[in-house]
Amino acid sequence: MTRALKTTYVLVILALLLAPLVIVAAVSLNGPQSLRFPPVDPSLRWYGELFRQSEWLVPLRHSLVIAACAAALAVAIALPLALYVWERRGIAARALTGMGLAPFALPPVISALGFMIFWMTLGGYGRIYATIISHGIFLVTLPLVTISLGLKGIDRSLIEAARVMGAGRWGVFRTVILPLLIPYMVSGYAFAFVLSLNEYIIAYMVAGFTVETLPIKIFNALRYGYTPILAVVSVIFAALSALIFGLIGRFGNLPRLLGAERSQHD
Amino acid sequence: MTELRIDSLSKDFGTFRALDSVSLDIPNGKFVCLLGPSGCGKTTLLRLIAGLETPTDGRVYVGGADQTEVPTHKRGMGMVFQSLALFPHLDVADNIAYPLAIRGVDKATRRARAEELLELVQLPGLGSRRIHQLSGGQRQRVAIARGLSINPQVFLLDEPLSALDASLREHMQIELRQIQQRLGVTTVVVTHDQKEALTMADLVIVMKDGVIQQAGAPMELYHTPANAFVAGFIGTTNLMPCTVADGVVSVLGHAFPITEGDRIAITSGEAQLSVRPEHVLLGAPDEGLPAEVSFLRDLGESLHVLMRVGDQEITAHLAPGHGHDLVTGQTVGIRFRDGEKVVVQ
Amino acid sequence: MSATPVQTAAPRWLGLWPAAMLTLFFLVPFGIMLAVSVAHRDVSGFYEWSFEWDSYARFLSAFFGKVMAVSISVSLTAAAICVALAFPFTVFLSNMGHRAQTRILVVLLSALALSEVIIGFSLSTLLSQTAGIGNLFHWLGLIDEPRAYTPSLFALITGLCYIGFPFAVLVLYPPVSRLDPEIVEAARVMGASGPRAFFGVIVPNLRGAIVGAFILVFVFTLGSYLLPQLLGRSEHWTLSVHITDQAVYQSNLPFGAAMSVFLMLVALALVGLASLAGRERGAA
Ligand SMILES: Nc1ncnc2c1ncn2[C@@H]1O[C@H](COP(=O)(O)OP(=O)(O)OP(=O)(O)O)[C@@H](O)[C@H]1O
Ligand SMILES: [Mg+2]
Repeated sequence: MTRALKTTYVLVILALLLAPLVIVAAVSLNGPQSLRFPPVDPSLRWYGELFRQSEWLVPLRHSLVIAACAAALAVAIALPLALYVWERRGIAARALTGMGLAPFALPPVISALGFMIFWMTLGGYGRIYATIISHGIFLVTLPLVTISLGLKGIDRSLIEAARVMGAGRWGVFRTVILPLLIPYMVSGYAFAFVLSLNEYIIAYMVAGFTVETLPIKIFNALRYGYTPILAVVSVIFAALSALIFGLIGRFGNLPRLLGAERSQHD
Repeated sequence: MTELRIDSLSKDFGTFRALDSVSLDIPNGKFVCLLGPSGCGKTTLLRLIAGLETPTDGRVYVGGADQTEVPTHKRGMGMVFQSLALFPHLDVADNIAYPLAIRGVDKATRRARAEELLELVQLPGLGSRRIHQLSGGQRQRVAIARGLSINPQVFLLDEPLSALDASLREHMQIELRQIQQRLGVTTVVVTHDQKEALTMADLVIVMKDGVIQQAGAPMELYHTPANAFVAGFIGTTNLMPCTVADGVVSVLGHAFPITEGDRIAITSGEAQLSVRPEHVLLGAPDEGLPAEVSFLRDLGESLHVLMRVGDQEITAHLAPGHGHDLVTGQTVGIRFRDGEKVVVQ
Repeated sequence: MSATPVQTAAPRWLGLWPAAMLTLFFLVPFGIMLAVSVAHRDVSGFYEWSFEWDSYARFLSAFFGKVMAVSISVSLTAAAICVALAFPFTVFLSNMGHRAQTRILVVLLSALALSEVIIGFSLSTLLSQTAGIGNLFHWLGLIDEPRAYTPSLFALITGLCYIGFPFAVLVLYPPVSRLDPEIVEAARVMGASGPRAFFGVIVPNLRGAIVGAFILVFVFTLGSYLLPQLLGRSEHWTLSVHITDQAVYQSNLPFGAAMSVFLMLVALALVGLASLAGRERGAA
């Protein structure tokens, strides 16, 4: 196949991936409360509306708070886990890794139901902290993967050098490991943040009736018919995800983070 | 006093014995080279001295104090790793001053000390560079400076120059030796390059299979090797099976009289004769051990003559201006220079 | 025996915190769910602790068989389409420059992260009567009246492919990008044409990875919960939807839990199979 043909193939698929979003972006510009394409009487009216209607602002705030805290929790669990597993090979290490990877590998409805029953039994059902913890556990996998990747890239002799030069365990961690891991922690946090923001079923089953997040709100609103605000929210979400991943790509090495080893980069 | 003493140190990896009861006494301020083939345990010995490995048996003393149970970071040593292990997230000055920063030294003092060391390794003013902006030789110097920044009790280097090209390497060997002499720090360098060892060391330690074969001054090892392995490993030599009896050494059926200065480890029996190529003399076939010239290699500064006696190969290095009439296939008579025969076990 | 404690970078106790968190919030919930799956259903909306297989016995019904059949065949179809499209895509992607790769990966990750509800909404807009392709076709004169293409099985599978495709690419990306480019070059030098090299060298070398990706995408789409509701009809509901439906709306937690346990076993078995397939790559 020629180069042009390959490029065309890639571009066509990317266009297909973007098509629904383009339509939605266009629809979000409709003036009247209707879904029309091409948009009728285009205006940015509904973008302003979103920030005026507390009906939408509250879920937006919930989503941001949950995502920020859950991603932090995920990193807080993943970092010690990755460090512990790093130099160990025993059953404990393997079991921990398995537990760190499992929630994300299984269909989310399983974790969702597990969390729901758990919080019902324990009494956190319907509370925002239950959603935060559930998301934090569910998303541990992402920072775990990025941080482990970062650790794999740390040359053992750097640590030995630091030790010979007088750094104890904490000194080595503070002056060598942590600075080298920070980019990986940030990208792990960002991955977890974006996924928490977009997660539906766990948030719904753990506290969906009391702590509405944006995806839940959108789904509920869909039942009462379409309004351009839905399109506005979707556009903002997509833009936010793209922005965050774009930043990771700009300041980190995205191909390597996603597992490409022979990637030309410093 | 920071002499380094190693007392019957052993190290097992599983069932494999990497070091077998190694003992050494290194006086204060000496420059020591650990020399040996790959896998003989040089790195292991160095890591045991630094405390990066736990010995299976034995003790390490620095300045008379038992260090065996002192954790690495409290040993106050300097070390240069084979990979250099410079920190990519710190600039040159911060790399060099790292041991000081860990010890809580204030920033101004650290900067000043870093600059001082940069001058010592002839890189003044490069303190604010990032590591990846340096050439291989510059990195080498930064690593050396870093290893010296706390005036270590003992300075350890694991094949520090192996990544450099030949000419830079020779240059760095001399420079490293000069720096060491200026500071008078007890230094242990691992190398598997015998020329490097001969260039730099006060004391060379030859190892094989986790056992010390011989320890001594470079020329002592060169002239009086303790065994065939050392003879073959230090410099180039011709090793031939021989028998010793009644004041003669018999090699391949030819008897050579023992002369003044020959170093003969045994009075009679079978052993190995070692003669350096520059001490192999050529004459008419009837003047010595007859051998056939199999190859001539003219390097300008010397002529290498490769010869065969049956299965045995013998090489002679002739000074310029000698042996121009030799041709391959010709038969010559081999003699050995008086006082240069070395018989080893 | 003398011992300098040669330290690992992380002390042993460091493992306690993640172990405690994951045990408390992951293993315990699973344990409770297992227990609930054999509990007795209480019509008031909850359950009584007991030990009975009633909930599992319901699997044997014809209804459940149909749900499984639909779930599985829909996901299988979507997974097959995704992997078939994603594999060449990934191969081409991994041969691009670093910057192009980064940009495309940003698009893929953004699409992957996008909430199902947004994807469902976007696609239903795209397939709707007033704003979508129906409209477009009408305008082009292909059809008499603008019509909606959703809800339908077609819409559902399109949606599943939409979420499955970026996932498939990301699963395939590590093995594909690690494939030594020289083996392809070697094949080219020895006279294989582009497609020959592709099917004769790249595909066989990555057979394990492809099978692994197929299974993982299958499990991934099996977990889809919102798309079947937004794009499909009720007969297209997947197991995920039924689990939620039972747990939240029918107040039958034991049955929901039992289905969940069942789904987990299936998923675990499949994920295990996928990792076996991925590992076999080296030997193949
Ligand atoms: N961590 C380890 N586990 C098992 N065996 C080891 C380990 N480290 C070293 N060895 C073995 O111990 C022996 C000595 O290794 P060492 O690294 O000291 O050799 P070396 O003399 O430095 O060789 P080189 O010149 O190749 O660096 C080798 O046979 C090596 O395989
Ligand atoms: Mg070594």
